[in-house]
Amino acid sequence: MDIKAYITLAMVLFCTGIVGVLIRRNAIIIFMCIELMLNSVNLLLVAFSKMHALSPAVKASPTYAADAQIFVFFIMVVAAAEVSVGLAIIVMLYRHTKSIDINFLNRLKN
Amino acid sequence: MSIITILFYFLSFLAVGSAIMMLLSRNPIHSILWLIVIFFAISGHYILMNAQFLAIVNIIVYAGAIMVLFLFVVMLMNLNAETEPVKNHRLQLIGVISGGLLLLVLLSAVMKTQTMLPMEMKTGTEGLIENLGKTLFTYYVVPFELSSVLFLSAMVGAVVISKKD
Amino acid sequence: MNNVLQISWLIPILPLIGFLINGLGRKQLSKSVSGFLGSVVVLVAFCLSAWVFLQVLSGNTGTVNYFDFIHVGKLSIPFGFKIDQLSALFLLIITGIGFLIHVYSISYMHGESSADFAKYFSFMNLFVFSMLILVMAENFAIMYIGWEGVGICSYFLIGYWFKNKDYTNAGKKAFIMNRIGDLGFLLAAFWFISKTGSVSFDKVFAPEAIKSLTNVDITAITLLLLVGATGKSAQIPLYTWLPDAMAGPTPVSALIHAATMVTAGVYMIARSNILYSMAPLSQTVVAIVGLATAVLAATIALKQNDIKKVLAYSTISQLGYMFLALGVGAYTGAIFHVMTHAFFKALLFLGAGSVIHAMSGEQDMRNMGGLKKHMPITHITFLLACFAIAGIPPFSGFFSKDEILAAAFAKSPVYWIIGVLTAVMTAFYMFRLYAMTFKGNFRGTHEQEHHLHESPSLITIPLIVLAILSVIGGFVGIPEVFAANGHHLNNFLEPVFRDSNKILAHHSLTHSTEYALMAVSVVGAVIGLVIAWKKFAAYQKTDSAESGLGKLLANKWYVDELYNSIIVKPMYALGNFLNNVVEKKGIDGLVNGTGRLVNYGSRQLRWLQSGQVGAYILLMVLGMLGLFIIQLFL
Repeated sequence: MDIKAYITLAMVLFCTGIVGVLIRRNAIIIFMCIELMLNSVNLLLVAFSKMHALSPAVKASPTYAADAQIFVFFIMVVAAAEVSVGLAIIVMLYRHTKSIDINFLNRLKN
Repeated sequence: MSIITILFYFLSFLAVGSAIMMLLSRNPIHSILWLIVIFFAISGHYILMNAQFLAIVNIIVYAGAIMVLFLFVVMLMNLNAETEPVKNHRLQLIGVISGGLLLLVLLSAVMKTQTMLPMEMKTGTEGLIENLGKTLFTYYVVPFELSSVLFLSAMVGAVVISKKD
Repeated sequence: MNNVLQISWLIPILPLIGFLINGLGRKQLSKSVSGFLGSVVVLVAFCLSAWVFLQVLSGNTGTVNYFDFIHVGKLSIPFGFKIDQLSALFLLIITGIGFLIHVYSISYMHGESSADFAKYFSFMNLFVFSMLILVMAENFAIMYIGWEGVGICSYFLIGYWFKNKDYTNAGKKAFIMNRIGDLGFLLAAFWFISKTGSVSFDKVFAPEAIKSLTNVDITAITLLLLVGATGKSAQIPLYTWLPDAMAGPTPVSALIHAATMVTAGVYMIARSNILYSMAPLSQTVVAIVGLATAVLAATIALKQNDIKKVLAYSTISQLGYMFLALGVGAYTGAIFHVMTHAFFKALLFLGAGSVIHAMSGEQDMRNMGGLKKHMPITHITFLLACFAIAGIPPFSGFFSKDEILAAAFAKSPVYWIIGVLTAVMTAFYMFRLYAMTFKGNFRGTHEQEHHLHESPSLITIPLIVLAILSVIGGFVGIPEVFAANGHHLNNFLEPVFRDSNKILAHHSLTHSTEYALMAVSVVGAVIGLVIAWKKFAAYQKTDSAESGLGKLLANKWYVDELYNSIIVKPMYALGNFLNNVVEKKGIDGLVNGTGRLVNYGSRQLRWLQSGQVGAYILLMVLGMLGLFIIQLFL
């Protein structure tokens, strides 16, 4: 399997996530698209780890290939934490404005 | 066309298709369900690359916990297709175009690179759980501990934010 | 000669001083002082001109340059005067008749306030000054100064009673039509400068300069000068201002539009005679323009009812004769006619002014009649002038008109026939005017009848002087057929036209032909005279409107209306277009548009800080896009 195919796939998912963020006004859906972006990055990292597994540099530091997968693991950790806090904020927003339209966030202006 | 290639394409199209469906569906619940499908597709990719641990963790954490959380919140707010706000069509168009341009730029950057190393699929020992665990607890033990602190703060923060006072 | 040249600058300076004193001090000076001052400066100028004339008569001519007027690169235009036979003669005419008219005006304008009275005399003096500059000029540029000066004074004086909108419009019309002609004059002057590098008469008319000009040059220059002359001397197509100019006071009409300003065109062409003689095409054009104008104006005069308008059209017609003379090469004849015309036309206008004065401002002949008994002096002098203009021997008009007709016949019999017809019409309308005004019964109102009286002596004395000149003035130009070498004027002006006469083909007529021509024109004039006298002495006022040909003539062949639709309306339309489209939409649009652009731009930029999260995200993505492009491709 060519790495370029994986890169392409990851790019497509990433840009889809961006388009989703730009298109939707519902805060929750935007959040979900952010998760999609994170996942695409995870995919890319794992693909690179498999690529580097065959490179000669592995001899130098044994964790050369596994680094990426550890990184993915930590990304997941962070994503989970972020989701919990973010959803708490959204619930607060909903409680105050009874809506989750991000356009109403412009009250942040003042 | 080896089985790997077929599987790769199948999973890729599943992922991209679900992503697009997630964008387009009006009902937020449907969007969440499509996202879950994406997660399964990505986990499939992981298995294809023999990153077994990550595949399982992806399903458990993302699809199992995070999405359920999303679902709770959506059902809490009683969102459905009618209450969904729609963005201005012109701005939507601008968004799609910008995203598309970004994709174009990135892809063209990728295409310009020279050939890279081949990947090994379905084999390799890195993704196996004991290797990953060993690496994690020997070289990366500090971030591991710190991540627990991170979780703690996240929990506290979530509780504090959503307190009713 | 030196002393003549040295004091010749005094001649124009005196009226200029009169203009300044009367103009600046008009609020302080009393009427008698300003009138006296205005007239006496012209009288002194006349005496000096007479002395200059006597000197020139004994052969002393010359040019004097006072200072450098324009000096640019190779072009040098001095401010100088040229005293020769032609300018000396014109000096006499201008100052002499000018003085008489100034004296007349003292009495005629006595009804004005003293400030306006002084204003009148200051403008008249300024006019005399400009005209003197014009005839004494040594080059085209100085002549142009005088040319423009008389134009602007004409505008001032026509619109003298400026509170009346029609009068000021007439003044504007006169000035604008003059200006159109002046463009031709200027173009000719520029052509001179570009081809010969100078505008001085001495240099430009010298043989060396003439050789350097091609045929095209000469024809073009002469035609351009003709355009200038048609504007000033009211020929076709720039003549419509003169009848409207009758809005001014009658002495103004007498001075400007009978004796002096309108003859400026004739003077200019006579000055440039060598060029015209070398361009037969231009000569033909001049002759045809003059002839056509003469006929057209005569036909219109047949049906006019305002006494001054008849005289105005008569002036245009007589100017046409002068141009005809210039066109057939009879330069002396043209100048002769200028002189005699000045006498009898000024007399006619002043007489008409006297009549109008007696009629308390009435100018319509249909309301006059039978004034013979009330105003004997005016009557007699007017009658003498009518005989003169009709060309009845032995009055002055006969000699000058006949010389023109003989020269016209020598060129082409067609010219002569039309000229004779015009002469018959002239006699007819002049005696129609005379009969309607002085003979028959009075047709006006009772108050006017009570007011009828002979005018005071300040008015009648100039009338008498001019009448005497009209009677005997012709004897300076007795043609060959009557007395050999009797044409003193021809001999006097011979040096001026010597070069032309060498070039022009000489058609000499036999004596019998000349007698026959004279007889025909005199008989024709007498017939016109008798018919008019009989018909209009018994004129009854009717209310019937004109119809058919009469209507066409009474409405001046609708030429004014034609000009209005062809020229005036499109100009207004152009002005409106430029105003609405170019000014409002174009320039204003540009200026306003800049403001609106700034407004629009700032509204867009305000989006940056709107607080809309979606906007922020979009900008972030766009920024990322930009960075990627720059990093990866540039």
